[in-house]
Amino acid sequence: MIRVVLPSHLKMHANVNGEVKLEIDGAVTQQSVLDALEKSYPVLRGAIRDHATQRRRPFLRFFACQRDLSHEAPDAPLPDAVASGSQPFLIVGALAGG
Amino acid sequence: MSGVRVLVGTRKGAFILTSDGTRKTWDVSGPHFAGWELYHLKGSPADPDRIYASQSSSWFGQQIQRSSDGGKTWEPVGNSFAYEGIPGTHQWYDGTPHPWEFKRVWHLEPSLTDPDTVYAGVEDAALFRTTDGGTSWQELPGLRGHGSGAHWTPGAGGMCLHTILLDPVDPKRIFIAISAAGAFRTDDGGETWQPINRGLKSEHIPDPTAEVGHCVHRLAMHASRPDVLFMQKHWDVMRSNDAGSSWHEVSGNLPTDFGFVIDVHAHEPETIYVVPIKSDSEHFPTDGMLRVWRSRTGGNEWEPLTKGLPQSNCYVNVLRDAMAVDSLESCGVYFGTTGGQVYASADAGDTWSAIVRDLPPVLSVEVQTLT
Repeated sequence: MIRVVLPSHLKMHANVNGEVKLEIDGAVTQQSVLDALEKSYPVLRGAIRDHATQRRRPFLRFFACQRDLSHEAPDAPLPDAVASGSQPFLIVGALAGG
Repeated sequence: MSGVRVLVGTRKGAFILTSDGTRKTWDVSGPHFAGWELYHLKGSPADPDRIYASQSSSWFGQQIQRSSDGGKTWEPVGNSFAYEGIPGTHQWYDGTPHPWEFKRVWHLEPSLTDPDTVYAGVEDAALFRTTDGGTSWQELPGLRGHGSGAHWTPGAGGMCLHTILLDPVDPKRIFIAISAAGAFRTDDGGETWQPINRGLKSEHIPDPTAEVGHCVHRLAMHASRPDVLFMQKHWDVMRSNDAGSSWHEVSGNLPTDFGFVIDVHAHEPETIYVVPIKSDSEHFPTDGMLRVWRSRTGGNEWEPLTKGLPQSNCYVNVLRDAMAVDSLESCGVYFGTTGGQVYASADAGDTWSAIVRDLPPVLSVEVQTLT
């Protein structure tokens, strides 16, 4: 069970309360987590990753286990603590004013 | 009983203001989509309960929301705006080629006859259309593919397609405007386009009378006379009597002819409204006096409308999509400011009052007349 924490704007947009819990078969990576997230919540398509390029939107960050994983490769394995569900995968709006 | 619904888009959410036909007291609902930028909301002329909203964010990109109950509830619909083919480049601020990149939807224009058909004007400038209620969007590539596209440049606010006028007589004719490329017209439903900028003169471009490159801020039309167009350009208020084929200036006695909004009285095709703004660097009214100027002669002769508007220390702006009219017997005129006020006049501009104030900066105002 993967735990994902969305920023408040996206919780509201996707009508989510608290953490999102996802089941993932196979490798637990940014890409597989986001694929599963968007499959469960299609309204999040385009809001975290660009529709065309599938790249992380510039003002979003991915954190887990007190680390910034934003610049890791999309297919790099996420930390074991995320894969086991003991730590959440955090999708965070960057501090960019406004 | 008749009434009006005012759809207000702001920097931090949408607000819906409703009143009966007297337009004396107002209910305010919102913020809807709190924290998001609402560049524009507009209702379908064919079904007033159907409303579309452009919701965007620098963090989370573009969303389109649809309501089928007059704005009480909303559902997100399709938000993928993919340019047709290889997008190519336009000109960047510094003159270098810059790849076409989708940023946001500035303006949504529902079809006059079909609630499921909507046109979307986007940044970087292009025109999209949905025919399935917003589920999917397809570009009308003939516009961006016009031979001049590689030379279009962004205005200060971005290279946005901000105005879409649907001809109520000829369903194949559409007018659009882009900052800073100019105005364009299609006569074949969007397949092919021609620039309609003859007569415009813009001193800030290398050739002041060029075919494209003009910073058009807004176009307006009266439904009974779609060949007559009015334009608020970066500087200059302009008029065309031949569907944009030629333009002439009608700034007349305005205190400044810079501004963003322009609109036409619902029942008097020769009565038009602008809000003059001091200059392109000073985006506020002249002398701290917020004045709507009205011409009853289709331009050139203008009168200031001040009753009920702040006449000292007012330094707000009125953005290009932030003026609208209702079609009640006594035409109502509405505009929103970057200071968060929405002003309304129920007597065609003679007197004004703030129907709401202290909202986030207002980006757009649209009005639905309900019967």
